[in-house]
Amino acid sequence: MSDGSTTRVDRRSLENDAFRVVSARDSLVTRLRNLWNRRELLSSLIRSDIRIKYKNSALGIVWSMLTPSLFLAIYWLVFAKFLKNGIPNFVVYLFAGMVVWNMFNTSLSTATGVIVVRSGLVKKVSFPREILALANVGAATFYFFIQLCVFGLYLLVVQHSPDYAYFWLLPIAFLALYFFTAALAILMSAITVYMRDMEHFILIILQLWFFLSPIVYSYEHSIAPQLHAHGLAWLYFLNPITLIMLTFQRAFYVATTAPSTTQTVVIRGHTVPLVLKILPSWPMSTYFYLDLALLGIMVIVFLLAEVLFGRLQGNFESEL
Amino acid sequence: MTTVIKVEGISKTFKIHHERHQSLKERMLHPRSGSTETFNALKDISFSVDTNETVGLVGHNGSGKSTLLKCICGVLQPTSGQIHIRGSLAALLELGAGFQPELSGRDNIFLYGAMLGFSKKMVEGIFDDVVEFSEIENFIDTQVKFYSSGMYVRLAFAVAVNVDPDILVVDEVLAVGDERFQAKCIDRIRSFQDEGRSILFVTHNADQVRAICDRAIVLDGGQMIADGPTHESLRIFREHLMDSAVEHDRSGLLASITIDSITTPSGSFDVRSGAGMHFDVNITSHGAYSGNFVMEIFTRTGLLISRSDAKGSPVNLTPGQNRVGIDLSQIPLLDGIYDVNIGVVDPHGNTVIAWREQAASIQVTYDGREGGLVELGAAIHQQ
Repeated sequence: MSDGSTTRVDRRSLENDAFRVVSARDSLVTRLRNLWNRRELLSSLIRSDIRIKYKNSALGIVWSMLTPSLFLAIYWLVFAKFLKNGIPNFVVYLFAGMVVWNMFNTSLSTATGVIVVRSGLVKKVSFPREILALANVGAATFYFFIQLCVFGLYLLVVQHSPDYAYFWLLPIAFLALYFFTAALAILMSAITVYMRDMEHFILIILQLWFFLSPIVYSYEHSIAPQLHAHGLAWLYFLNPITLIMLTFQRAFYVATTAPSTTQTVVIRGHTVPLVLKILPSWPMSTYFYLDLALLGIMVIVFLLAEVLFGRLQGNFESEL
Repeated sequence: MTTVIKVEGISKTFKIHHERHQSLKERMLHPRSGSTETFNALKDISFSVDTNETVGLVGHNGSGKSTLLKCICGVLQPTSGQIHIRGSLAALLELGAGFQPELSGRDNIFLYGAMLGFSKKMVEGIFDDVVEFSEIENFIDTQVKFYSSGMYVRLAFAVAVNVDPDILVVDEVLAVGDERFQAKCIDRIRSFQDEGRSILFVTHNADQVRAICDRAIVLDGGQMIADGPTHESLRIFREHLMDSAVEHDRSGLLASITIDSITTPSGSFDVRSGAGMHFDVNITSHGAYSGNFVMEIFTRTGLLISRSDAKGSPVNLTPGQNRVGIDLSQIPLLDGIYDVNIGVVDPHGNTVIAWREQAASIQVTYDGREGGLVELGAAIHQQ
């Protein structure tokens, strides 16, 4: 008995701890705070996601670099050799768009079904449910940085020197991409609980989205002339991915040393390097303001998605 | 004493879909069809749990006890009401629910710890204890998908009880594992009690509640029907089971027999240890019935000392007043008050026909030297 009473004294007193409240509906602030408090779970889930993906394959983590490289090779063969699209130095252009696209595509295609797939966990263990979808986005972010490294290596090998002056815009564009992807990922994961078709439907949507984004073609070169004629250029920019890609392409594709930049063309009375006919000829400040505005909008979109997820998760248990 | 769990007016309503339209086509075609019915799993439940308390949550299947537990753990959101929780909480709802079969035991310990809400640093600190407790040292780097179900459960339990939670929530998990591991789990729960932590224990096994809990809460049909000391609550639980059995009894047999009273020839329930005792049980029956007769003796702390029956010689009840005699040739119990439960059951012992909980309390006086519950009369001598 004496043992028991000594440990009783040793135990931390809970008197000063704050109460956590479980109630019908939590406020957005509470939910964001819970999310932040469980960040360790998020990082554990991201790590386990990555490990599981390559656990039993012989090449392991190498696949995360190999897959995008091979995809790139295929697109390059198709669009630079067989169906020529007139973009010089196409691999660099393609790569800059693909890193952005892969992050978005991987996140959404894995996160859409994640709550249904892990319903056993959702029904038994308490944690903010959106963490499951966010873990998929986190894993995709990890692959994004790996691909960025591969991209960097490639640029070194082909001695293509990117336009470093624009690099400081990349974090802003990336954050906008992250919030947009995360918002859609948590929303889709919740909707799929109610409509299982989404798991299949999302693949079609993503395929369409791929061609709505300037990845394998140039916006300025192929789309802009037609849209400008009808004053509909804004329509194309409703796709938030577009602006993010343009920023990445502007920073990586417009070379400061490669011979292609020395070719010039005349657009609306100005002599500009050829590559700028591929990309919009905006000054740096335009990129900055647009990216900043996009980031602001995407943070709001993410918060809205959180609110919606909070509404939708209330009925998960009767649907799973 | 600090309150760690405060449940305030919790209700939970489930929607039951009679026809589930989960595909897009079906939703489009029948936007509002498929009748939905609401089901109140919990109705306005309020109670609180302090530090240093072990509370049993009892109820038969469908009484809402698991729903309540899930609300407390935060797995389900209540429809109305609030739950306040203080301190860290580890829930053993379904052991190993958070495991990733593709990962090794080592990785899963960290993942599961994170799921329960504990930091990586903390899990590192208890890692060796977890491995030792789970007894799977040799397999810790094996993928969990190759584990036997016993190993799986042991690992999960080991994580949950070693992460040093302030509140431990246990849901019928003690039914798993072999007997030795179960004993180990009970041991661990007892040391938790000694350390002044709070435990919320859900089961429909009344014996386990008696053995572990200080207090019990009884749920029935989503309503709280008792909250008090274990033996009080369990008495209400049994009576309630009886009442609802009467309600659902089609033959009307159950209502036809009542145990009215229990008396002794002298009128006194005091007895000296070692002496014998005779009880007379008065039973009113509305029809003839031939069945078995059961007597249980409990300590005040709820420990079952003895359960005996008529051993194959049925008790024949005739319409009207009946009197059944019980002879106890000697009562070797030590000092204390003991409760007697009396019941009439069907000849196979499956169905309780009539039951009287705490039909009598006997007071035993003992002036010998032995300690414990019974006098065995051990003689110790050198040979």
